[in-house]
Amino acid sequence: MPSPGSKSAGPGRESSSAKLFCGVDLGASAAKLVLLDEEHTVRATVVKPSGVDYAATARACLAEALESLGADDLRPARTVSTGYGRRNVEYADASATEIHCHGIGCYHHLGHAMTIVDIGGQDNKIIRLGADGKRVGFRMNRKCAAGTGAFIEEIALRLGLPLDQMEGLAREAPTAVKLSSFCTVFAKTEILSHLRDGVPVSAIVRGAFRSVVVRVMEMDPLDGNVVLSGGVVAHNPTIADILEAELGRPVEIAPDPQLTGALGAALVAAGNQATTHLPSDRVTR
Amino acid sequence: MSRNESPIKKLRSTAALRDLMADYYHELDEAAGSGPAKVAWCNSVGPAELLRALGFKVYFPENHGAMLGATRMATDLIPAANALGYSPEICSYLTSDIGSYVSRTTPLTRAYGLASVPTPDVLVYNTNQCRDVQDWFAFYKRELGIPMIGIETPRSLSRITPDIVEDLAAQHRALVPELERIAGASLDPDRLRAVTASSFRCTELWREVLRTACCRPAPLTYFDATIQMGPAVVLRGDERAERYYEALLEELRERMQEGVGAVDDERHRFYWEGMPVWGKLREHAEQFASLNACVVASTYCNSWIFEALADYDPFTGMARAYSELFIVRSEAYKQHYLETMARDYAIDGFIFHNAKTCPNNSNCNYGMHVRLSKKLDIPHIVIDGDLNDLRLYSEEQTRTQIEALVEQLEGIM
Repeated sequence: MPSPGSKSAGPGRESSSAKLFCGVDLGASAAKLVLLDEEHTVRATVVKPSGVDYAATARACLAEALESLGADDLRPARTVSTGYGRRNVEYADASATEIHCHGIGCYHHLGHAMTIVDIGGQDNKIIRLGADGKRVGFRMNRKCAAGTGAFIEEIALRLGLPLDQMEGLAREAPTAVKLSSFCTVFAKTEILSHLRDGVPVSAIVRGAFRSVVVRVMEMDPLDGNVVLSGGVVAHNPTIADILEAELGRPVEIAPDPQLTGALGAALVAAGNQATTHLPSDRVTR
Repeated sequence: MSRNESPIKKLRSTAALRDLMADYYHELDEAAGSGPAKVAWCNSVGPAELLRALGFKVYFPENHGAMLGATRMATDLIPAANALGYSPEICSYLTSDIGSYVSRTTPLTRAYGLASVPTPDVLVYNTNQCRDVQDWFAFYKRELGIPMIGIETPRSLSRITPDIVEDLAAQHRALVPELERIAGASLDPDRLRAVTASSFRCTELWREVLRTACCRPAPLTYFDATIQMGPAVVLRGDERAERYYEALLEELRERMQEGVGAVDDERHRFYWEGMPVWGKLREHAEQFASLNACVVASTYCNSWIFEALADYDPFTGMARAYSELFIVRSEAYKQHYLETMARDYAIDGFIFHNAKTCPNNSNCNYGMHVRLSKKLDIPHIVIDGDLNDLRLYSEEQTRTQIEALVEQLEGIM
């Protein structure tokens, strides 16, 4: 669930000698790009729908970021790509998994041991980091879109609601229906019966959010400091409230959660973490 | 290495393997046609020695199932079996094989020039792996009017007790009269002992082949082994299988002496628990190799090691051999086995394949993967997929998990 547009964290035109490091998170739903300078300050960010031509989207993200800095002729010193479309970023020097990059991005912000819950457009990850930031384990969701952003998109479609109204409805709802099906299609059938029974739409939307939380909690025990990242939480922070209620303890949302993966990739590009230089993943240049 | 160059190192023995498998299928084809020998269909860990000793040419539908998977024909053929009432959630060897039959198509045509699978004279099963083999063969019993006989093995065994062995040996013996009638020959005890002894020697050689991967770097990957296991499955009890493994072993020992690994610059060693994803075998082999990671061992390839065939009494040997298998055993036994394998092969991580249509070969549904990781301090990933039905497999999730596991082992976070 992308929010279009770009922003520059730094004022004015970049000098031609400025060294920029680029992270591109080309996800199933949204493409995110972060440009860092040598001090690891965010200079520009871009979020766009991934669209159907991933390579073109990646090019457009970079062009837009550089333009926002008034530095159209500048090229990043190094680019690392991540996300499902990481192999489609033609200008990337290396790539890393989104599991790797979300870990680095979250640790950069928070600097402590944590259990990251990354709810993405099409898959979820649970990433465990030790106190030193090293990954100690991870889980991905099964081959099923239940519990991901795609689930919320499907429910919005069924309810005839624009995606950006889902958060408001869920936040206001005093109750939530229970959607018990594992399957998105069957959940939509459940929704039909709730509608027939006159259940308020807001309770159904909150129920859909709760369903996402329950699916995530089924993946792995969420112990320690729980940190949420990813685009779904960025646009639907009520998910964090529901998760807190289910866990019975506070959870954090990573700053700019939709950009965490791209930030992690940019940090890798800047060299504060080594990349794997995975040969299977090298981009044809 | 350029992007288009495969990192897979071919074994030169594979040329002889192709010839051997071609001979095997041509002999079956001849027997099913005008040849004097009868054809028995047998499940892969069924009483092949008994059948071979009676002169049957033995055909293994599971091998055909694997070919349907590897050629990616399976996913297109499974719906034809689904339409006959065979659920998409049961064994996809079964559904793809029945789909192949009703669609009148087989990968044996392209691979070996056979017009169709060899028609059986008898169907012989052992339920040691699952009930599906029985249901699978029952389809052909009804369809072709062919006799079906078999052995019913208890499952989830902690210990193979004498009463279990006695019962299973008796069940094996009870097959003999019907098999003699169909074969038109009497069972020669010396011939049975000779076949069983050959099968045991094949086992010993196959085990030696697999154990070469204890070496670092491993001269053989799991992906190689899934191909190389062909003779151990379909030709055990035939001395040609022994000859083949002797040659293969020599080649692997050469690699060991020269320090040549199956994967260049082997940095990580993995264990594959569960069935292969046949239609993605090459992609998986290439991905691991490109990450300098070697899948050195697996439960699957080790499942055709039958030490008990050394028993002087072939019936007792078969009874014990075909009930000692990993798949027949209790959860506690399986976990102990995997712990031992992890240590023997010095593995750095487990790959658990959760094959949707093969729960009996998927050992990550009762928490074993989590327990093993905790106990051995070795990470694991679970790949959701299937042996044959690629509709149940997610390519990108699998690739990402494998990469992320290697990243974690590289300690880059």
